[in-house]
Amino acid sequence: MDSQNTAFRRTTLVFLFSGLGILVLAALSASIGSVTLPLDAVLKTLTGSTDVDPVMRQIILDFRLPRILTALLAGAALGTAGLLMQTVFRNPLADPFVLGVNSGASLGVALVLLALAPAGISLTEGLGASGQLLIIFASSAGAAATLFVVLLLSRRVDVMSVLIIGLMISYTVGAIVSILMFFSMAERLQSFINWSFGDYGNVSWSHLRLFAPAIFSGIIVSVLFIKPLDALLLGESYAQSIGTNTKRCRLLVLLAASILAGTVTGFCGPIGFLGIAAPHLSRYLCRTSSHRVLIPASILIGALLSLGSDFVSRGPGLDVVLPLNAITALVGAPVIIAALVKQRNMKRLFG
Amino acid sequence: MTKSSQENALTAGALSIGYQQGAAARYIAEDLNVSLEAGEFVCLLGPNGVGKSTLIRTLAGMQSPLSGQVQIAGSNFQDIPPRERARLVSVVLTETAPIGMMDAYTMVSLGRHPYSGRFGSLSVEDRERIEWSFDAVGARDLAQRQVAELSDGERQKVSIARALAQATQVMLLDEPTAFLDLPRRVELMSILRNLAHKEKLALLLSTHDLDLALRFADRFWVLTPEGQLIQGYPEAIAMSGDFAKVFASENLDWDASVGSFRAHPTPCLNAKVSGNGAAALWTKRALERLGFGTTEGHSKAAFSIAVQGQALWQVEHDGTTQDFDSITELINWIQSQDWSIVDL
Repeated sequence: MDSQNTAFRRTTLVFLFSGLGILVLAALSASIGSVTLPLDAVLKTLTGSTDVDPVMRQIILDFRLPRILTALLAGAALGTAGLLMQTVFRNPLADPFVLGVNSGASLGVALVLLALAPAGISLTEGLGASGQLLIIFASSAGAAATLFVVLLLSRRVDVMSVLIIGLMISYTVGAIVSILMFFSMAERLQSFINWSFGDYGNVSWSHLRLFAPAIFSGIIVSVLFIKPLDALLLGESYAQSIGTNTKRCRLLVLLAASILAGTVTGFCGPIGFLGIAAPHLSRYLCRTSSHRVLIPASILIGALLSLGSDFVSRGPGLDVVLPLNAITALVGAPVIIAALVKQRNMKRLFG
Repeated sequence: MTKSSQENALTAGALSIGYQQGAAARYIAEDLNVSLEAGEFVCLLGPNGVGKSTLIRTLAGMQSPLSGQVQIAGSNFQDIPPRERARLVSVVLTETAPIGMMDAYTMVSLGRHPYSGRFGSLSVEDRERIEWSFDAVGARDLAQRQVAELSDGERQKVSIARALAQATQVMLLDEPTAFLDLPRRVELMSILRNLAHKEKLALLLSTHDLDLALRFADRFWVLTPEGQLIQGYPEAIAMSGDFAKVFASENLDWDASVGSFRAHPTPCLNAKVSGNGAAALWTKRALERLGFGTTEGHSKAAFSIAVQGQALWQVEHDGTTQDFDSITELINWIQSQDWSIVDL
């Protein structure tokens, strides 16, 4: 059919342009920073040529490349997690942040950093794999715990109440974190606050060996659930009536979402808005609800937004690093407002 | 249609429906024995809150029966795996809006899930069935529209097309006409009846629209507030006075002589109406609406109206005669009088 061709063309264009955007931003991120490096040095380093100043080579390989990869993976993970949660909760505003998952993760991290810290674990300096694992585990467990509490309660109330419950859980967990902070030493506090600003710069190559597989596994699980996720758009009863095992689907999809959101939060800190903005932009640009299109689109657009935010946060031309969290909010909130205004109501945007 | 040539698509024996609340069970209806045959269009009727939805949900396998068994195509429903089940029974519910930017084609294509592979890719056969489903409900032109932008009637058609795409023997519909205006309801009912007859579908539709059900259904199931299920041909049930039992309330009475409900069965005042045709009918309806009983004889009438054609109403009241040119003037006059002081 004709309109199917236009839809296909639109999707291809979205994928093409976000892919191009990622390449351009990655090149810019690699060359611009505290020291500006020539683009050809970047290219030569990446192609494995030895004809590069070893210092430049080291900056690119050991600092900028892991940071770029982290930004891409984190954006992809948050975009996917947001999409999964919006579908499962049937709520256009559901994302890891709004449903309290981030606060759950920060409680986990706060417990590790502030309460267990006397053991000498610090996030920012030379962590061994075991310390890093502990933090990932803590944040993922915190994220999963909050998500399942919200999911449990969501079966008894309507969709709007789920949102409010998520917010209330966020506040509660935030209060517990505050109490933990109140009793903590200043230096522990500082590392927790730094973690809570969000930063892609803490993930080294050795961390990426854990970070990347965790995110890939979350994304693979969500890809396996493309069909049941589509069915869930019709609501639980209909989904069952077309043969979907809704309980198993919810459980595993939320598990994937909490691994994705929990891992990113653990390694990079709580990063808001990417989880809402990426799926919404994908829906808006691709004009579809099919997860077969929306999952890759959210991955690409999430990665693009994430890399862009990181690029801006490092303030090209400035000598400071702004909190990443602030930048994603500054990018994400207007995107959501614009999408709502353009569609005039939430029903059209999402239903 | 002869019964012997029919096959039972869905049967339920000794079925009790309701909700399990902790250890206690709240029974809505007990010991129901029903069967739905291929090619018949059955309307499930009953007052609001009597448990029509619960029965439909139980028959669709979305809710477990408290006791008894639902059998489809000869095997127990609970033993059939979900994917197989979805090839046997489809449902259309009141809550029809999917979320997200979904066009009608995508929504209908979800009906092919029980047949498609791991990622839901559509085969040529799937696409043919989807297009057939759109044609069957006359919604071909809606295929590329966003579901959120469709009207209620259009969305309900797409919803039925989605159920048709499932290519099941049995289709259960829970109040699909609830939010539609009369022409849309009539259209939908005739589409459904034709589908049942032509495609040999066993179709069960719950509704409280008695008038429409009387015109279209092959058979009635009437669920009473006491939890009984009365089954039979529409006319037989209409004549038997069962409706009176089931639906009667303080201000509504089933009138078997006209085949509809009548409001205000106990008027305080009567008016005599003489005349024939549409004008006389609507005059009587107006009087009933205003709270008057209508009689043919002269006994105990507060006033009498002689309807003569479409343009003359002669009213005799308190010994004086007045002429009205239109029903509007007549109603205005009736409303302007103070009837509380009439002495019979």
